[in-house]
Amino acid sequence: MKNTGIIQKIGPFLGLILIIAVLSILSPSFLDLNNILNILRQVSINALIAFGMTFIILTGGIDLSVGSMLALGAALTAGAMTAGFDPILAILIGLLIGAAMGAFNGLIITKGKVAPFIATLATMTIYRGLTLVYTEGRPVTGLSDAFSFQMIGKGYVFGIPFPVVTMFLAFGILWFILKKTTFGRGVYSVGGNEEASRLAGLNVDRIKIGVYTLTGVLSVLAGIILTSRLNSAQPTAGTAYELDAIAAVVLGGTSLTGGRGWIVGTLIGALIIGVLNNGLNLMNVSSFYQQVVKGGVILLAVLLDRKKAA
Amino acid sequence: MSSSIIEMNGIHKAFGQVHVLKGVSFDLKSGEIHALMGENGAGKSTLMKILTGIHSKDQGDITYKGKEITFKSPKEAEKAGISVIHQELNIIPELTVAENFFLGKEKTAGKTGILKNKVMNEEAKAWLMELGIKLDPKKPASDCSVGQQQMIEIARAVSANSEVLIMDEPTAALTKKEIDVLFNVMGGLKKKGVAIVYISHRMEEIFTMCDRITVLRDGASVGTRVINQTDFQEVVKMMVGRELGEQFPERKGMPGKVRLTVDNLSSSTGVKSVSFDLREGEILGVAGLMGAGRTELMRALFGADKSSGVIQIEGKTLKKPSPKKSIRAGMAFVTEDRKGEGLILNQTVRENLSTAQLNQLSKWSLLRIKKEQASATDLIERLRIKTSGMEQEAKSLSGGNQQKIVIGKWLATNPSVLILDEPTRGVDVGAKKEIYQIMNDLTVKGVSIIMVSSELPEILGMSDRILVMHEGKVTSIMDRAGADQEKIMTAATGGE
Repeated sequence: MKNTGIIQKIGPFLGLILIIAVLSILSPSFLDLNNILNILRQVSINALIAFGMTFIILTGGIDLSVGSMLALGAALTAGAMTAGFDPILAILIGLLIGAAMGAFNGLIITKGKVAPFIATLATMTIYRGLTLVYTEGRPVTGLSDAFSFQMIGKGYVFGIPFPVVTMFLAFGILWFILKKTTFGRGVYSVGGNEEASRLAGLNVDRIKIGVYTLTGVLSVLAGIILTSRLNSAQPTAGTAYELDAIAAVVLGGTSLTGGRGWIVGTLIGALIIGVLNNGLNLMNVSSFYQQVVKGGVILLAVLLDRKKAA
Repeated sequence: MSSSIIEMNGIHKAFGQVHVLKGVSFDLKSGEIHALMGENGAGKSTLMKILTGIHSKDQGDITYKGKEITFKSPKEAEKAGISVIHQELNIIPELTVAENFFLGKEKTAGKTGILKNKVMNEEAKAWLMELGIKLDPKKPASDCSVGQQQMIEIARAVSANSEVLIMDEPTAALTKKEIDVLFNVMGGLKKKGVAIVYISHRMEEIFTMCDRITVLRDGASVGTRVINQTDFQEVVKMMVGRELGEQFPERKGMPGKVRLTVDNLSSSTGVKSVSFDLREGEILGVAGLMGAGRTELMRALFGADKSSGVIQIEGKTLKKPSPKKSIRAGMAFVTEDRKGEGLILNQTVRENLSTAQLNQLSKWSLLRIKKEQASATDLIERLRIKTSGMEQEAKSLSGGNQQKIVIGKWLATNPSVLILDEPTRGVDVGAKKEIYQIMNDLTVKGVSIIMVSSELPEILGMSDRILVMHEGKVTSIMDRAGADQEKIMTAATGGE
């Protein structure tokens, strides 16, 4: 029993190593330090969203609205900046709005008793619509030149891109929350058996609202990083990001039925997706084929996982 | 009785390092009802799973109708005439009686895939009539009682010309009346020459229904007896390998002053103005038929469902009860549905034991893993839970040990009012006695217990007072001294 657990956990890691090995043979420039840092920076946005998605999927839920929350949060942050707010204050406002959007998702799901898929399908459309209304369909530009804002997407700390530092920092904190706090244990318990958790006195609604709120914040954080990098907030930013986030979670071995999984796997899953994107680009594979390969890898990973479980 | 239809000889089976069956032999004759007994984990289910091709055997041979045979799948076994009625019924609630009956073998117009509903409805009705069951074939299965759903499965097996029927705890969820119907049907099948393997923990039933009994213990056959040449005592001894002595421990606790009062409690789930009180160190047995509202009363009392009325603990009124508030007030609730509401199956024993006491095991929301491990070690020892360690997943434990984990989870909260809903269902004799002992020890310490049970001997053996329910209402509250099975059954059926 224990052994299969370890294999299941090592599986995604071995997959990542294998893909890296193959790509480094096929494309010599793949293992350049610059390229590796580049990959990590590209991964950071999806990883931040996927971390939140891991919490949600562990409770047995799903969030389709992450891309729209990213866009609306980023647009409002950018808007606040162009309106003359201090960049740090604007960022805090953005994150707060992310929390509010996530909490709204959680409230509809718990108090309104709407299935997470449906609830977030609706808010995905609403948040995207609000973004388009607010931006009038145009990018928000003319953002602050302040160091604090420019740093978030483009800065370096000891040669490491700031978004990568942010990603690992968030990873460390979230890993700790999931592993060492009552909230984290609650997340697993609710996904494992909701009714048993409720009867054991866990505040199931609060835990669920908590994971959606957390994901709202993380999505907007990803949006702010993106905005800083592009120096503008795009109204269509984050479209279909929910799919990459879900894919990272699943590739990492977290069960879509809830109660079973880990955030380390999600980080590896996000890396697998990022490495594939980058490697295929380096090899000049057409972006049409890239999608086929990516989908194939996800399918293969899940099939292998099934086989081990059986 | 004729010669054997099934003979299993020297069956061995190991899962990894664990030797589950160590040379088990079992034979079944046409037209007999053969009880298969043993404690949880003795190997009954594994033996039957090997017979029906769910598991493969490591060693030994199986003869069916004189020919050596190994089924590769349950489907193959079914085709050959061996059907299984599982404890968890394979009924799809959204489909009708007839649709369930014909599931997977629907009658169609030629090969078109167009269903012949009229024909199927009539045939399903006819097969059920054959068993003496009147049931509208167009009725959704969700509107049928558990007993009726079971009849659909039995009729389905009979219609497939089954010669061997394996029934795994078929009466666990049935009312007395439904059990009578089931026994009638079984008697009829027996007359037709069908051989029935009957797995059950209920000794009384086995002695009224079965012809022979085979007992397994720790993966080996202890022996086979003809039923009228053995007795209750001998069978229990065979099962546990020792004399169990008195089934119920001597009650030592003396009820003290009133701790809990319930006044006019009603719920939308069917509890109708229930009032009672509960004393310190008292066991209040709650009896009633299936559907009498016992579980609903417990859920309302614990705050799991919305209710109206007044609940007071130690003089304090619980306002807007919720599980969380009830726990804080000192209540604990061991639910009837162990897997659905009690355990988190893919979590470890340690994690399950902590679910209800996370607040005590943490500081500023940070889990103190050392403290958690100490608590788990203590509970495992105190309740004698058999595990390979606290990191074992709950789903891989036997029923009795799973139940002990659920009880342990709640004892960890140091409750003053413990609600036990069918605490010994699906639990073997040895573990049952241990659970009774735990209850007894708790009452000595002053804990008040409410025990819902469908087993009257258990109610009479353990309770200080007995509350009987019928259709959501309390029909009688009696002292143990003045209670007997007859009085309880009268009150449970709504009589005076």
